[in-house]
Amino acid sequence: METTLVQNLPEVTAAGVIIKAIIILAVISAIAGFGTFIERKVLAFMQRRLGPMHVGPYGLLQLAADGIKLFTKEDIVPQNANKLIFMIAPVITAATAFIALAAVPVFPDFTIPTWIPLLGGVFVPSIAADLNIGILFVLGMMAAGLYGPLLAGMSQANKWGIIGAARTAIQFLSYEVVTGLSILAPIMIVGSLSFVDFNDYQAGGIGSWLIWQQPVAFVLFLIAGFAETNRTPFDLLEHEAEVVSGYATEYSGMRWGMFFIGEYANMITVSIIAAVVFLGGYSVEGIGWITIILKVGFFFFLMLWVRASWPHIRPDQLMWLCWKVLMPIALINILITALVMMA
Amino acid sequence: MGLEQFKNRNVGTQNYTNLDVGVTPVTNKDKFTQVVKRTLKGELFVGLWVTLREMGKALFLDNMHTVQYPFEKLPISPRYRAIHDMLRLLESGHYRCIGCGLCEKICISNCITMDTRYDENQRKEVTEYTINFGRCIFCGYCAEVCPELAIVHGPRYETASEQRASFSLFEDMLTPIDKLNLQQEYDGFGAVSPNADDNIKQTPLAY
Repeated sequence: METTLVQNLPEVTAAGVIIKAIIILAVISAIAGFGTFIERKVLAFMQRRLGPMHVGPYGLLQLAADGIKLFTKEDIVPQNANKLIFMIAPVITAATAFIALAAVPVFPDFTIPTWIPLLGGVFVPSIAADLNIGILFVLGMMAAGLYGPLLAGMSQANKWGIIGAARTAIQFLSYEVVTGLSILAPIMIVGSLSFVDFNDYQAGGIGSWLIWQQPVAFVLFLIAGFAETNRTPFDLLEHEAEVVSGYATEYSGMRWGMFFIGEYANMITVSIIAAVVFLGGYSVEGIGWITIILKVGFFFFLMLWVRASWPHIRPDQLMWLCWKVLMPIALINILITALVMMA
Repeated sequence: MGLEQFKNRNVGTQNYTNLDVGVTPVTNKDKFTQVVKRTLKGELFVGLWVTLREMGKALFLDNMHTVQYPFEKLPISPRYRAIHDMLRLLESGHYRCIGCGLCEKICISNCITMDTRYDENQRKEVTEYTINFGRCIFCGYCAEVCPELAIVHGPRYETASEQRASFSLFEDMLTPIDKLNLQQEYDGFGAVSPNADDNIKQTPLAY
């Protein structure tokens, strides 16, 4: 595990990484749950409704009620399903979402005060696994997460699930090219695959953000990110009006909940990538980590906002968009970037 | 609109306005132009702006549509026919019903049962009065036929009940005597119309 953090920071120990992993798991799960509440509220407000109001103040405890419901529901496995694959598919989605979060910067680094017994003095890094190929790892993990819907849809002996799985496959084949190509141009400019290098490159304030140099790549990555997280313009996998619930048709209880948590963790991951790669990321000085939380919050809100505003597109339109429009634009963008860099 | 026009179901000959959907592009150049035009049109952002505007209006300008039903209720039309009310005379507080029995007679589902007797002043007194709400179809004939506006349809529309035949007694529907000052005059089904005074004519006695 190579560290590219600023030199004068303490050494990253195994204990610190484990603590960080626990923090990520706990906090992101909670945020993912809270995200469902925020989503319901924001969608409601945009439709001039109130949203959940009755459980707790302003419906805040709705989250707890949903959690209790999901945990106590019966775990139904269909008779003709491939039981093993059916049962591990949601785990793939949730696990890959959290594995992807291992390589992105989440929350500032800190040292546990020395007066705490046992763990006192342990340095907890901001990135659990500070890989020098962080972006590659995160994108790969999020792509692997698509195995969750794919296997879930194919294993459940349900026609809607099969359609959902087929749509997963075509969606995966469509957007993955755009994701990689769109983020290639910023990678060429920075010359590194590490999130820390990206952050350091844009440390000079708003003027040095990569979005000004790579606006096209930013838009392309945002579109591909929406496809990657199955958010609304591209939510073909489980579009209720067409395929009941797509790959999640036969799922109930906590297995369905794991898909949900995985989806929201992915939303947070994509938001963090977009914030770090294009919008300057976190800054160590000044208001510091509030900035990246605001940026991630903006992207999260954008996903809900888009869901409230836009209709979703057909599978063939998705393929048309990705292969015939976005991929050429991404290639041209890379070409122009390369020419400018060589000149 | 005349009746003949209204009855014309021949859709082919009517004047419909076609939407301007433009021309479907044929050549590759036209197709490309259409893609570029649609790509650079700000329509998606118009959609985003609309939802954001509505959110702002809902949150800050008190334009929320939700009615939190068990706690808030929308006003219902005065012509709505819900659970019956029995009204009292405002001056004396005595119930308005004169025991004429017209409501029992006109009730098409036979859900009103009443019994009367003469009291010591030789006035009709209502001794029994029940409405079987399991049978009542809320047609409103009883309110319409009542000469005294004594039985009216009130605003209570939550009629879920544990029993199929749920009876309501006269006392349950009667305005409580201590709430007499809150009794609303009924302007709904079967009430005197607002221009009733203008419609009064002399009884023709020439026959």
